[in-house]
Amino acid sequence: MACLFLNMNKVFARGPSLFYRLCIVLTLSVIGMVMDAKVESVSTARTYLTSLVSPLQYVADMPGAILDWSASRFTSRQTLLVENERLTNKITLMNEKLQRFTVLKQENENLRRLLDAPVQSGMHRMIAELMAVDNNPYSHQIVINKGAIHDVYEGQPVLDDTGIVGQIVEVGTTNSRVLLISDITHAIPVRISRNNVSVIAGGAGVVTELSLEHVAHSADLQEGDLLVSSGLGKVFPEGYPVGVIESIVRDESKPFSKVTAQTSAQLDRIKYLLLLWPPESAPADSLSPDQLGQKVDE
Amino acid sequence: MNNRSFIIISIIIGIILQIIPMPSPVDLYRPDWLLLILIYWSMALPNRVSVGVAAFTGLVIDLLYGTSLGVHSFALSIPVYLVAANYQRLRNHSMLQQIMTILMLCVLYHLIVYWLQYWITGIEFSWLFLWPAVSSVLFWPWLFWLLRKFRRDLRVT
Repeated sequence: MACLFLNMNKVFARGPSLFYRLCIVLTLSVIGMVMDAKVESVSTARTYLTSLVSPLQYVADMPGAILDWSASRFTSRQTLLVENERLTNKITLMNEKLQRFTVLKQENENLRRLLDAPVQSGMHRMIAELMAVDNNPYSHQIVINKGAIHDVYEGQPVLDDTGIVGQIVEVGTTNSRVLLISDITHAIPVRISRNNVSVIAGGAGVVTELSLEHVAHSADLQEGDLLVSSGLGKVFPEGYPVGVIESIVRDESKPFSKVTAQTSAQLDRIKYLLLLWPPESAPADSLSPDQLGQKVDE
Repeated sequence: MNNRSFIIISIIIGIILQIIPMPSPVDLYRPDWLLLILIYWSMALPNRVSVGVAAFTGLVIDLLYGTSLGVHSFALSIPVYLVAANYQRLRNHSMLQQIMTILMLCVLYHLIVYWLQYWITGIEFSWLFLWPAVSSVLFWPWLFWLLRKFRRDLRVT
């Protein structure tokens, strides 16, 4: 019997016992979690560590990239022609809209000058591509292919062509992490474009769903109202679409009504994204608002 | 070359399978590749792979997932500890018994991740979180067979 025990112990002869090791590991993990929540400097360390493991992300991204590449190689001439026609039509329509927009913008600026209100300057922008979607159901985050070397900063607004997507929470060297507006820890100040009622839209924890917080029963909200960013939090620029009110439940026994909204951006099918910079801090290779018009003309 | 590097390669493959982008309906049922691979190694070679390796790979997963540092280290090391502490018993189990054990371990893993996340961000529980445990179990016999074949052919010790 003693012999048996000796043999069993031999397996773990080096170092501390298994249970002891488990205790050390669990303690370290708890310390890590607490530090991550409380200590500010952990996020810088995290940036370096994330850059260290990012090759894994690139490898994991490869099968999708290869599929995309082969799909683009093997699309038929017919599909390309159809797509080309569709895009040309779209550009014509967009350009027509843009012409009116430039005139309106100038008019708006003139009016603002007359009122002595500050003229709003356009944002600089850069196109980013989706690299990875987080697959844990507990948080809604995505990874994009722009990072510190492209002057991405923490708290930067991220949009797509239909509305606000989220903000940057973690910057790596060549990629960064975006927290989506539907994440349960995220909230964005919005106003209703119809009557300028301000509310806060928090993430509902379900992709493409928002829940409006602390809405009084008497507030003038209707289903189908468009929510646009109000710019009050100083994170998101003003006036971009955030979502559309989907349902309002006015249960008088509860202190507030339960309002849910659908996000304007299709958060479950993101591919290309726009990063915005205020003009003061924009990197050299970003597109300025004036350049954008030229880009479309080209 | 030392055949032990196969252990490292298999764990890296596990990590990649864990983060590879998938369409969201399929994503819900993604098996816990990494946990399965770690369980296999801690059952086959508990003196090589056990709590320490599990904690380290958990940290890598935390960095890749963007969760708080330590969540997955914590959640991975407990099931791996249970396997490493009872590896002789598990090796003698029939496949059916093994499957039941693996199911319990996967559920435990997901519950720990959920509890820790609940403690940090206050998420709500949904039974959907436990689906990966079922799909993991479906993959376990094949993974077990594959890894054992590699271990024997390459004489990993």
